[in-house]
Amino acid sequence: MNPADPVLEVRDVAKSFTMHLRGGLTIPVVAGVGFDVCAGECVVLGGPSGAGKSSLLKMVWGNYGVDAGSIRIASPDGPVDVATAEPRAVLKLRRGTMGYVSQFLRVVPRVATLDVVMEPALAQGTDPAVARERAQALLTRLNVPERLWSLPPATFSGGEQQRVNIARGMIAEVRLLLLDEPTASLDATNRAAVIELIDAKKAAGVGLLGIFHDADVRDRVATRIVDVTGFAGARAAA
Amino acid sequence: MTATAPLLEARGLAKWYGDRLGCRDVSFDIREGEVLAVVGESGSGKSTLLSMLSGRLAPSAGSVVYRLRDGSTRDLADLSEAERRHLFRTDWGFVHQDARDGLRMGVSAGGNVGERLMAVGARHYGEIRAKAADWLDRVEIDVSRIDEKPTAFSGGMRQRLQIARNLVTAPRLVFMDEPTGGLDVSVQARLLDLLRRLVADMGLAVVVVTHDLAVARLLSDRIMVMRGGRVIEAGLTDRVLDDPREAYTQLLVASILQP
Repeated sequence: MNPADPVLEVRDVAKSFTMHLRGGLTIPVVAGVGFDVCAGECVVLGGPSGAGKSSLLKMVWGNYGVDAGSIRIASPDGPVDVATAEPRAVLKLRRGTMGYVSQFLRVVPRVATLDVVMEPALAQGTDPAVARERAQALLTRLNVPERLWSLPPATFSGGEQQRVNIARGMIAEVRLLLLDEPTASLDATNRAAVIELIDAKKAAGVGLLGIFHDADVRDRVATRIVDVTGFAGARAAA
Repeated sequence: MTATAPLLEARGLAKWYGDRLGCRDVSFDIREGEVLAVVGESGSGKSTLLSMLSGRLAPSAGSVVYRLRDGSTRDLADLSEAERRHLFRTDWGFVHQDARDGLRMGVSAGGNVGERLMAVGARHYGEIRAKAADWLDRVEIDVSRIDEKPTAFSGGMRQRLQIARNLVTAPRLVFMDEPTGGLDVSVQARLLDLLRRLVADMGLAVVVVTHDLAVARLLSDRIMVMRGGRVIEAGLTDRVLDDPREAYTQLLVASILQP
């Protein structure tokens, strides 16, 4: 894709939660959200905790619903609006067009680390031998010791699990990569490794949308910062 | 395009037992490679739905249309008993919660798997036994136990044997009714991992009924939440579980015990 082509266009997005177990209490999250992410740039969502940054990432990924507005992603088959797409279309985006490094690894019992990392590449149809090589390279780069590769990550430390999670999120070839605090529980060496990986993705023309609480990392990777507190219209009105 | 045509399509399915509602207004479709979870508590109508989908119970209204291997589509209601039985032996699988309902307990493990092959015309003893042994291995049962009866097996092994028996004929659609119910947690994890791999490797379409939301999350892409005989919420599995809209779904999600 050409630089400056948006891979993600968010327009007038609004989201609130209705808590039926608490008498139908409505909690506004964001309203009037609009921004683009173009190929080759890293847009960082800014704002304090509770401003709705993680919720926005989840709306793009599709595991949070959207009350209003559109979230258009440029897939090879044309634009797909995650806000209104059928589940099947969202699943297809997740296989080939967008990736997600969540805050925590959702551990699948009994699956070896190497297989956990390879899975998104295999789902894209990557040759297993190539996927294996890529997984090994990523785990090496992220300093996950080779003796752990054949073990399920369930018993690893928080930092090790997070690095497995990053490798898993980075392995597929996608146009849009969502990052939710990927460096939260990492030491300086591994933070630097993640920054290098992000730079490589940018250079490869991937559009990135991320949340980074660590100001140093944020300043190092961000092409632009979108302040989410500006999208709290519904909260002010509520 | 047959690749994207539904394999099974349910439209407006309803079942009444006299005045009592089994389920109503259920519509969805499923394609090869997709796993659909149907969740809800006892009495929600999910078992009634599964029985209608698998042609074991005639609907009071609505239809279930299935695409056969030759590409033609048929309403299950129009199939003869012989045709329906043939589907069940070849193109469909049914994994019961209680393995005793899906296995022949008086027949050896190898016999349980081989029997289904013979039902589709396999006659060569050596080949049947070799294929049965291969499937025991794939479901992680020690092949040296091929001549033992399932009565000698643990609950988890019986469930894996039931899966081997169902999958040996390479079906395209598998129904599962609480496949991990009644198993110890560690045994459940092993079975779920096995099911995930087999489903992905074989490109199966699966309709899995479960009351366990963790099982639904691990196995399925899409989910339908049933209550009082109706589908009250449906969508991507992680959307429904991470951002439940309906009061009842919120209650279900909020009721999960976190370890």
